[in-house]
Amino acid sequence: MPIVFLPPPLLALTGGRASLEVEGATVGELIENLDRTWPGLRDRLLDGGRLRPHIRVAVDGRISPMGLFEKVSPASEVHFVTAVSGG
Amino acid sequence: MSDRPYEVIGTRPVRHDGADKVTGRAKFGADVRLPGMVYGYVLRSPHAHARIRRLDTTRAEQFPGVLAVVTAADLPESPDRPVDLVEGTLPLRYVRANVLARDKVLYKGHAVAAVAAVNRHVAEEAASLIEVDYEPLPAVLDVLGAMREDAPRVHEDLRMREFGETTERAGNIAEHFRFVLGEVEPSPTGEGLVPKGFADADVIVEREFRTAMVHQGYLEPQNATALWNQDGRVYVWTSTQGAFSAREAIAWVLDLPVSRVCVYPMEVGGAFGGKIRIYLEPVAALLSRKCGRPVQIVMPRRDVFEATGPTPGTVIRVKMGARKDGRISAAQVWMAYETGAFPSGQCAFGAMCILAPYDIPNLVIDGYDVVVNKPSTAPYRAPGATQAAFAAESVVDELAEKLGMDPIEFRLKNAAREGTRRADGPKHARIGCVEVLEAMRNHPHYRAPLEGQNRGRGVALGYWFNIGWYSACTISVNPDGTVNLVEGSVDLSGTRTSIAMQAAEVLGLRPDQVHPVVADTDSIGPTAVTGGSRTTYATGWAAYEAAHDVIRQMKQRAAMIWDVEPAAISFERGVFRTGERTMTFAELAARLEETGGPVIGRGAVNPASAGGSFAGAIADVEVDPGTGKVRLLRFTSLQDAGRAVHPTAVEGQMQGGSAQGIGWALFEEYAWTAEGAMANSSLLDYREPTALDVPPIETVIVEVPDPEHPFGVRGVGEANIVPPPAAIANAVYRAVGVRLRQLPLKASALVDALRAREN
Repeated sequence: MPIVFLPPPLLALTGGRASLEVEGATVGELIENLDRTWPGLRDRLLDGGRLRPHIRVAVDGRISPMGLFEKVSPASEVHFVTAVSGG
Repeated sequence: MSDRPYEVIGTRPVRHDGADKVTGRAKFGADVRLPGMVYGYVLRSPHAHARIRRLDTTRAEQFPGVLAVVTAADLPESPDRPVDLVEGTLPLRYVRANVLARDKVLYKGHAVAAVAAVNRHVAEEAASLIEVDYEPLPAVLDVLGAMREDAPRVHEDLRMREFGETTERAGNIAEHFRFVLGEVEPSPTGEGLVPKGFADADVIVEREFRTAMVHQGYLEPQNATALWNQDGRVYVWTSTQGAFSAREAIAWVLDLPVSRVCVYPMEVGGAFGGKIRIYLEPVAALLSRKCGRPVQIVMPRRDVFEATGPTPGTVIRVKMGARKDGRISAAQVWMAYETGAFPSGQCAFGAMCILAPYDIPNLVIDGYDVVVNKPSTAPYRAPGATQAAFAAESVVDELAEKLGMDPIEFRLKNAAREGTRRADGPKHARIGCVEVLEAMRNHPHYRAPLEGQNRGRGVALGYWFNIGWYSACTISVNPDGTVNLVEGSVDLSGTRTSIAMQAAEVLGLRPDQVHPVVADTDSIGPTAVTGGSRTTYATGWAAYEAAHDVIRQMKQRAAMIWDVEPAAISFERGVFRTGERTMTFAELAARLEETGGPVIGRGAVNPASAGGSFAGAIADVEVDPGTGKVRLLRFTSLQDAGRAVHPTAVEGQMQGGSAQGIGWALFEEYAWTAEGAMANSSLLDYREPTALDVPPIETVIVEVPDPEHPFGVRGVGEANIVPPPAAIANAVYRAVGVRLRQLPLKASALVDALRAREN
């Protein structure tokens, strides 16, 4: 199963668990399934059905522009990270 | 057949923009001339923090030659919402407030009103007649002071955010974030976390560092020419890093649909991150709407310093522990960045980079973005990372010394590799950290003896993660066998050529047979900003896709001529072939009309973030202990470019970034009066490095291809600025035995430190 890693500010919603194995084939499915076990996570990550503006998702080390539609494999690592830019 | 994997990639053709740039024919924003155009001038706050009690523009409006006056009252008042400004997400009300102050001015230089007149002198004279009644407020100018609960508030409504969630904590801290890896435990005070692993360390170094606010230092000032047309469309000619990001921001501020704004990106005379944000564009547009004429505003140098976006000053504390075997066992970082008048988010970027070169099992990073009454900070080449690397690489150097290890061997022992987990969580993809360090260790500069008194050699490593984002490109085939390439990426550094070269490689053409054009926002698909070292990477990738689309269509035309299936046709090195029959690209290009008409290829990509780039610096210095003057004797920059498309351009980036890093290290800083005014807002007083300060910069391009990119390209625009300040500080220590922990490394501070040691 894919493993979702959560940043420290979200751990209050998961009883302190920073990494969770979750079923799902896309980032969107992972979040829905996470929210069933740990209510509140969806609202903390999404706004209006999309990732909040400052949050990006990294799948297997690369920050995806596809957001909730990004596909994940059973071996994937998924991180929610701060949106990055450049100069 | 050549031994090289590519015919074009890796060569050094003449830049497509070269002739226009060296003959003065390139058109910059201030060169724009439109029929009936008039000139604008912006009135700015003399106070660092004040309430606007009354603003009366009557006398200015009545001044002969004045055509329009605008204030914040002319801005729309659509509902507030978060908007993505490329460099971070901000409430729309903050974006508008930075364009024209409404109730309060938040820094000296904050725009208050603007005048359009028949010439700039009349506009400036009329602006002086605008009456503003200010109620001065206590200014907060120091990042640590601003964090105190009793500090004056820059924004009464600001609440600290944590990972996007607004907390109840009021004050000047805009954002707090924390990265954690490995085993941690509550701190002894009960506030925060500390990493385990210090107990295993044989050596622990804990230091505090400060860096000054510095400016990108581009020569061309911000400028904008706007026409609010009678049909309701707004046309803007401007010096920007992103025509599309500027279009969006202008539309948000003016509450217009993006389709009613067209941005013409002009040639850019330097940007380095400072020309992503908009300043003058909406003001010129509002003036144009009022007077019915095109309006041009060009910032004076003073305004560039006082009212655009420099990089944050910082306070950074780093604690690292290492064992005798040379492995770092734990690291703790506390960092606070002054964002200026509005939140900027750059502390998070610094936190993502500060420990990225190393594999550290246990770490905690706490970061704070803090608002102060200074100009609203903006990205500057690897935003946030140079300050961070100065701190971390100084501590790493000290650890290596205490362990008796060579500083590069120590770094190699702890170097991040593919699969190493970064502080922010994800694992590194394929990276060239080890390869850059090995190139440093093996370079003749590092191995050459350095003789003489008060001379020392320092090294440092830096990282920038690079970004992907969306790009669009079209290629149309000309009947003479050349192609026109239209792209949406503003060219800051010769990217027309590096993008054209990737198309040329696919099409089997010479680079000069590809004619690249940077288009306005009406003429090409959306393309993200030129920043984050993404343009050669992502727009080059779009050109690669467009070129393949051209080849696919050309095969169909050849198939028609030869009466075969397209699949039976191959294309290699500019020649279409089926069986014994061949046709060159140019021969087929001449027959497009009879086989169906024009061939236009399109490419649109939105790649995931790139693999990131590492850079190293080796610096030799000589210190005059009497005056504290630091003279650079030799400097080498090394960087992983993935695949260097145009090595001369890559070397230029490395040299440019190094020169700016040298400026950070030795000279550059905003000097402040007690009232919060910048005391050195001219290029006479703001000390940038000159040719007399910077030795010839040697470059070494390391190539560890990014496996995701069709040519293995990595962005190279930013990582090179990250290591120079730390390398120079480490060299100063090895020259005279004192470590300075504040940028710039001032001569006076060095003399004081040497005297203190003697005493």
